[in-house]
Amino acid sequence: MALPQAKLDATEARLASMQRPEGGAWATAARDAALERVRAMGLPHARDEYWKFTKPDTLVSADAPQAALFEDDDAPAFDATDRLKIVFVDGVFDAEASDDLSLEGVTIERLADVAKADIHWARDLYGALETNGQTPVARPLAALNTAMATDGVVIHVTGKAAKPVNLIYHHKSESSDAILHHVIKLDEGAELTVLENGPAAARFNKAMEVDVADTARFNHVRTQGRDHERRAVTHVFARLGRESVFKSFTMTANGILTRNECVIELTGDDAVAHVAGACVGDGDFHHDDTVFITHDAVNCESRQVFKKVLRNGAVGVFQGKILVKEGAQKTDGYQISQSLLLDGDSEFLAKPELEIYADDVACSHGSTSGAIDEEALFYLRARGVPKPIATDLLTLAFLAEAVEEIEDEALRSDMVEKLSGWLERRRG
Amino acid sequence: MLEIKGLKVDLEDEEKTILKGVDLTVEAGKVHAIMGPNGSGKSTLSYVLSGRDGYEVTGGTATLDGEDILDMEPEERAAAGLFLAFQYPVEIPGVGNMTFMRTALNAQRKARGQEEISAADFLKLVREKAATLEMSNDMLKRPVNVGFSGGEKKRNEILQMAVLEPKMCILDETDSGLDVDAMKLVSKGVNALRDAGRGFLVITHYQRLLDHIKPDVVHIMSDGRIIKTGGPELALEVEKNGYADIKAEVA
Repeated sequence: MALPQAKLDATEARLASMQRPEGGAWATAARDAALERVRAMGLPHARDEYWKFTKPDTLVSADAPQAALFEDDDAPAFDATDRLKIVFVDGVFDAEASDDLSLEGVTIERLADVAKADIHWARDLYGALETNGQTPVARPLAALNTAMATDGVVIHVTGKAAKPVNLIYHHKSESSDAILHHVIKLDEGAELTVLENGPAAARFNKAMEVDVADTARFNHVRTQGRDHERRAVTHVFARLGRESVFKSFTMTANGILTRNECVIELTGDDAVAHVAGACVGDGDFHHDDTVFITHDAVNCESRQVFKKVLRNGAVGVFQGKILVKEGAQKTDGYQISQSLLLDGDSEFLAKPELEIYADDVACSHGSTSGAIDEEALFYLRARGVPKPIATDLLTLAFLAEAVEEIEDEALRSDMVEKLSGWLERRRG
Repeated sequence: MLEIKGLKVDLEDEEKTILKGVDLTVEAGKVHAIMGPNGSGKSTLSYVLSGRDGYEVTGGTATLDGEDILDMEPEERAAAGLFLAFQYPVEIPGVGNMTFMRTALNAQRKARGQEEISAADFLKLVREKAATLEMSNDMLKRPVNVGFSGGEKKRNEILQMAVLEPKMCILDETDSGLDVDAMKLVSKGVNALRDAGRGFLVITHYQRLLDHIKPDVVHIMSDGRIIKTGGPELALEVEKNGYADIKAEVA
């Protein structure tokens, strides 16, 4: 089917504003193929069903809208955790601020370097999971990312990583338009935790492809920075082997527009995938979690837990789907998306979906939005807890189910501290 | 200690008068009981005193040690020393019982200009008080009242009372939903708190709670007023003859 002219024009205008990075044979081939996918799909348009609740125009426009810089005065996330730091400033690798890329059990390279080679193992993965993730729903901004990403990290995990890898994204230019693409390959039995934090750029398009081999474990915890005017579209594509574990948690505080897509395919029996998110928005805030989990093996478990706290006209979106393919028996699928609306101006739009082609499965989903529980609030106040503190306590309690998806206790309390700091700054 | 004079209260949403002029004084060191039939306004009195929304005070006063409490926020009343043991304690998923009690105690201490209690001292305090009420560590660690039986919820109310050490305790039908053993435990917890400096107002339907928590004064409430006041024998009279005789007597 031919694309509408408006879509074609917008797509070509965007492509004309960009320069495709130079590279060696494998990278050029991958980027060419991705570019073809972009042209075939066209970039997202407001009339696309998948973009019904989130306007894609500022993510697609030729130039990035300006985003004022934000001075963050509290301690950076993950500061108390011993980790290997890799720093990007407006999408550009900062060698001086980054640690040496050597880590036991892990090989870390930069996409900008490996793309120059004519042959590299990343060839089999780069853009491959993204391509898989294009059906049944098109994700053109991810294909655009594969075609145009200037840098990123390429990580091969062969054993248990000695410490987490922390990707830190600074935003220092009001008009930066950054595209990064990470590829992570975990061998059988390997383990890695990836931490991400920071706003990254005025506009950020990030993709991460994670191949989790049999019995490997991948943990992912990220926070997206407190810059109010930044925009971001991110994709995580994961493929899970037998008895492997994938856990991803995202905390988002502020941001005029964020769309986080997570596409997971459970391909080996007994695999486990958990995706969770806690977001807090005040005023000019639009946050979209779009998740698609495909069960294509026996006895796998997936959990989606998303909580949103919205006030002063903030908007939250959740589109989550569990697809259970034929033969994926004993699937245990759970999905919950909830919003806490702190006033009447805020809005939560949810589209939970289940599609099941196996007969012996347990899948549940629920979506709610509500206000602070007045009974609980009174109970706390009657015990002497002042209203603002009581409200924050109940708000954190609401977010707890999502935050508890973080396995590591230190990382978990780090996130709770960040969330309570955000609430405290807004106490009336 | 607690002085209520001519208190008149309407329900905010409906044009309905619940309390029609309540006069009541609870002295320090005394236990007063209020008995009365359903709908007489007993629970409303406890809610109005603790500052719950939905009620409009149309007349009268209520003071705690001479301070007007009706103009205070619920948290200010608590810091001033007022405590309500709820008839239906609220479940709060996601907030740990210990966190809840420590936040409450420290907020009250802060409001009174006292130093916050350390985590270690707090733990010691709670363990000691919990022992009297036979509350397990597990109950202390769980989210507030979540997964608690009716009896456990009421014990948790008394534990909070013991930890917060209020001057004036109001118990709203604390005996409802309790079996005999649970009632004994709860009463033991309450009796341990009886003190020359503390006043109690025990709201109940039945005499049986008053077998365990012995009152000094018993009031009968009916149709928004205290219609009769007497000693412990008044509770026994109610138990034997019901409220009809008393109502007829004062009519």
